[in-house]
Amino acid sequence: MTKSLVTLTIDGIEVSVPEGTLIVDAAKKVGIDIPVFCYHPKLHPVGMCRMCLVEIGRPARDRSTGEPIFDEDGQQVIHFGPNLETSCTTPVGEGWVIRVNSEKAREGRKQIVEYLLTSHPLDCPICDKGGECPLQNLTMEHGPGTSRFLFDEKIDLDKHVPLGELIFLDRERCIQCARCVRFQEEVVDDPVLGFTNRGRRLEIITSSDPGFDSYFSGNTTDICPVGALTTADFRFGARPWELNRAASICPHCPVGCNLTLNTRREARAEGRDVIKRVMPRQNEHVNEIWICDKGRFAHHFASSIERLTKPMVRVNGDLVQVGWDEALVRATEGLKDALGRSKGGLVGIAGGRASNEDLYVFRRFIEGLDGHTVLDDNLAGGDLTREMGVGRGTDLGQIGPGDVILVIASDLHEEAPIWWLRLKQAVERGAELIVANARATRLDRYAAHIIRYPYRRAVQTALGLLHAVTKRADLSPFVGDKSLQKVAKLFMKAENAIIFYGREGLDYKASEALAQACASLLTSTDHVGRANNGLIAVWPRVNTQGAWDMGLQPIPSGLGEILEQASAVYVMASDPVADDASLETLLREDTFLVVQELFMTPTAELADVVFPARSFIEREGTYTSGEHRVQRFYPAVLPLGGTKSDWRIVTSLANAMGIELNFPSAAAVMLAIAESVPNYSDLTYQALTIAESQWPHVGGESLYFGGNAFKNSQGLGVQVGPAAEPGEPSEVALTMPVEESEEDGLLLVPITRLYDRGTTVLPSKVLHPRLERLHIELNPKDASHLGVIDGAQVEFRMNGKRFQLPARLVATVPEGIALMPRSLGVSVVNPIPVQISSVE
Amino acid sequence: MADHILLRHRDIPDLDQLEVYLEHGGFEAFKQAVTGMTPQEVIDVVKASGLRGRGGAGFPAGVKWGFLAPGVFPRYVVANADESEPGTFKDREILERNPYQFLEGVAICSYAAQANTAYVYCRGEFWDLAHELEHKIDALHEAGLLGEGIFSTDYSLKIHIHLGAGAYICGEETALLDSMEGKLGQPRLRPPFPAAQGLFAKPTVVNNVETLTNLPPILNRGADWYRSIGTEKSAGPKVFCLSGCVARPGNYELPLGTPFRQLIFEHGGGIPGGRSIKAILPAGASAPLLPATDEVLDTPMDYESVPKIGSQLGSASIIVIDETVNIAWLVHKTTRFFEHESCGKCTPCREGTYWMHHLLQRIERGEADLEDIDLLEAVARGMQGKCLCALGEFAIMPVISGIQHFRADFEARVRNGR
Repeated sequence: MTKSLVTLTIDGIEVSVPEGTLIVDAAKKVGIDIPVFCYHPKLHPVGMCRMCLVEIGRPARDRSTGEPIFDEDGQQVIHFGPNLETSCTTPVGEGWVIRVNSEKAREGRKQIVEYLLTSHPLDCPICDKGGECPLQNLTMEHGPGTSRFLFDEKIDLDKHVPLGELIFLDRERCIQCARCVRFQEEVVDDPVLGFTNRGRRLEIITSSDPGFDSYFSGNTTDICPVGALTTADFRFGARPWELNRAASICPHCPVGCNLTLNTRREARAEGRDVIKRVMPRQNEHVNEIWICDKGRFAHHFASSIERLTKPMVRVNGDLVQVGWDEALVRATEGLKDALGRSKGGLVGIAGGRASNEDLYVFRRFIEGLDGHTVLDDNLAGGDLTREMGVGRGTDLGQIGPGDVILVIASDLHEEAPIWWLRLKQAVERGAELIVANARATRLDRYAAHIIRYPYRRAVQTALGLLHAVTKRADLSPFVGDKSLQKVAKLFMKAENAIIFYGREGLDYKASEALAQACASLLTSTDHVGRANNGLIAVWPRVNTQGAWDMGLQPIPSGLGEILEQASAVYVMASDPVADDASLETLLREDTFLVVQELFMTPTAELADVVFPARSFIEREGTYTSGEHRVQRFYPAVLPLGGTKSDWRIVTSLANAMGIELNFPSAAAVMLAIAESVPNYSDLTYQALTIAESQWPHVGGESLYFGGNAFKNSQGLGVQVGPAAEPGEPSEVALTMPVEESEEDGLLLVPITRLYDRGTTVLPSKVLHPRLERLHIELNPKDASHLGVIDGAQVEFRMNGKRFQLPARLVATVPEGIALMPRSLGVSVVNPIPVQISSVE
Repeated sequence: MADHILLRHRDIPDLDQLEVYLEHGGFEAFKQAVTGMTPQEVIDVVKASGLRGRGGAGFPAGVKWGFLAPGVFPRYVVANADESEPGTFKDREILERNPYQFLEGVAICSYAAQANTAYVYCRGEFWDLAHELEHKIDALHEAGLLGEGIFSTDYSLKIHIHLGAGAYICGEETALLDSMEGKLGQPRLRPPFPAAQGLFAKPTVVNNVETLTNLPPILNRGADWYRSIGTEKSAGPKVFCLSGCVARPGNYELPLGTPFRQLIFEHGGGIPGGRSIKAILPAGASAPLLPATDEVLDTPMDYESVPKIGSQLGSASIIVIDETVNIAWLVHKTTRFFEHESCGKCTPCREGTYWMHHLLQRIERGEADLEDIDLLEAVARGMQGKCLCALGEFAIMPVISGIQHFRADFEARVRNGR
């Protein structure tokens, strides 16, 4: 849909822009900054602040004929109205003449600034926004040098109003632009902010309990054009001009949001550089200028005092700190010794939070010792997403009319909030969303079709959909109802189609069958191998896709069997014991265990040698997002103590063991990756740093809309395409589900909540009031049968252990199901039937 | 005027009783419209009558209806009964004493707009009146004049009462619509205008109570008859609300174009106590005040003549100011009102009214300098033409005109305080 161009003149510069473009944006395109406060290119214009006033001249027309009027010189007569007009609410018109910097317009804007300052406390010297404040900047540029308003007549208002635990409001600084209110309503659909009262008493309030209940609340502090909204994490923490900045990638989920880490040397940290705040970095293909609050606030793990800083070796049963040389010798000897024994071989377990570079050298190292690598994860299908993942050029921001998205077995709002947001926006642009899950989730409200299946029937549902498309005889047992036929039709006629699949209610094998069914659905409807089409896994970790791409994958049957046979185990960026306590005995026996980690995890506690690894803020590397975008992160602070990057620990040990793995830098590892990993063949670190100009323009140097999001000058990343070519649908092998017999009791299903109590979240104290507490969720009917009321203690036995915890009654939990949020203290790897009883 | 057109209850006792209203030709006009006219024909008659909106802007009612987005349904009619302009009390009398003529007007307007739902937005202070109106609406339902299949046609209409919460700004039609939708009452950005996207984003007609009350007589007696009243461009009768320093304040139904002098001195009995008239606020607090010169007093009160002498007719609430009143005091009162009522949505009005109020407080308290008068005027002029809606533009009118015509009053306040 191309819009016709409209040509107009702005301060003498002729510009042609698409019809419907607002004057303020058209001016920006030719480098003219019209100052704004309430306007924001990501929000609907409201014209409230009146800062963007300009003179608008329209071609005069004869009233009776409608014909343009020309003067004696043959020039079209331009008629200017008596009043200035808001350029943020007025779309351009053909032949218009805009005066931005005429005396009248400048005088008008100067007056608006003076009005704004009558109420402003002028406490810039103690304001967090001071130095990067649009009001401050625009006052310097457009305002009067002095105020005629008596300071004593300023209104006194509350300056420390907690809107919630995370965001504070300074009522005196607020200029009532409603950007925060509109962001919450329009962008993230959490309408928990609003105005109350009127006139100068107009006040931002929150209507939710707890206050400002939104996973995206931090973004309001970025777009607030004054210091009215500040985060509990950063307020009074530093002045903006003291901060250094480093480009980074959020390590919390597979979206791969682009970040800027603001750091400062801190006396309280003994002169070390620390992260003062995490800010979004613009990447319109990934996260636009938004991040979720987990990404913003859960960074403290990286600077935690609990971090491991020295290598450790086991001496007489205890782990003691030693130097790197000694630790390497101990690891080398231990591995050689263990591998020399007859029993089993080496098993290398790595997690999806390691970078591509780490995982690549890890695999080379383990395989060099004839060992077996295992990805510690319980979602399958990375091979399929590698082959049939979204094609190069995929941008969820471009998904719109005629396109279809299916989300199955995932709760995106909790697992990958920015994907949730991007899909919501795709629906608003006209895409059709299908949400299939065993329970209601927050994505449902945007769905054109909701498919509700019983837990354990996800695969059957996907196969039913596949049957509706292919009519394959072998799939006839899975024939679905009419709604499934309808959805199938949508897929068949869709211009573009993307499937997001997750792991809710699935064990590894079921997730593999689901991934196959989804991949097959895409291939049979010709939705692979091109942009905006393909399969996306909602991975539990930031770089799970990268791990598959680097050649690692999980073991379908779990770790138990392989560990039983192993004589040596090498663990990187993974904590299998925390997830499955039964592994403890296997690792405790005569297995030689090496762990490289950030923290003394339950797995590390069993190790013979522990190497301290660097966190993502202290090193460089790349992550591959769920959308197959390879993105670079950079060192933001000096490394902690004696830590090393994971890949370097591995190469040091490899070389000590006689395996040639010599890389001078992470960039050199990437060159090796590019040589051997097919989809990554044109990748270099240089390619990853390319940042084309993006719209809208953001960043501190622009007076324009004055958000605090950072301009992306360090790279938008590179999307690595899937192997499948368009037009040659590859046959996907399907695994037929095994009907599971109904067992007594409730099916305990692990689910994901954004604010869990995992090791990367817990160190961020600022989030503690919002962290999920250990509990189990029951349907009220089941609870009533069990005699359990909301908040009461229940107990159950699992794997021979007894657990007691409070129950929460939730109407959206299906009957016969008990939900257990992950990483809260009780680990449930796969859905498992349990007998729940109330505790007297 | 012996025979009232709008304030007919003054001629006919108990006109607020449905049977009395029906006895006197009530709902004949509505019946004629529904059974014998197309909606477009009703619009054409109203256009031909020259009826202009009585809420203040004086926009031709029929033309406004003609702007309704074609083919978009449902549509709504909203009667603006948020009468809150200082010195305006005409709608209240109509609603209290002649409610059925108003409701018939709502019904005619709804038919013309092809709306099946109409709302009456009553200001919060009219809560008891709103309660009464609900009974009147019930009576109309019982009489078959509202509801399904009116006059055995397929036209149906329901009228609902919506009570505001006491904000002046909700008299502004888009703020009124936001308020009705349950939002904070703040004016919307225009366009889109209500006729395109009004209540619940559907095409909506918003008309003042008095405007709607004109409709039954227009349909009953024809556009030509209506045009014979008033002036050429300002046709029809108008209820003038006379208040202030005058012997007989109250509502006076007179033809548009009646001179100020006639209203104030003939009908209103002049200024009590033998004092002389000093100034006139012709449209409550929302227009420039006029010094009471002979030229002004002889000006016809219509939508063309009053702007020619530098003010507005607005809702025609004429507040008379006599020689004992200091204009700085008066302007302080109007400014305090606007500061209190500014919704706060746009910067110039929110901050400007606040600032002007401070300056006037200082002037009133005798703590000001002479320069503060200039500053006051500068603040007011700085707001001019920059506000989101008319409230801010109205707020500065008494200030600018007060200083322009009665600067000495301000200077006296400043000097006496020192």
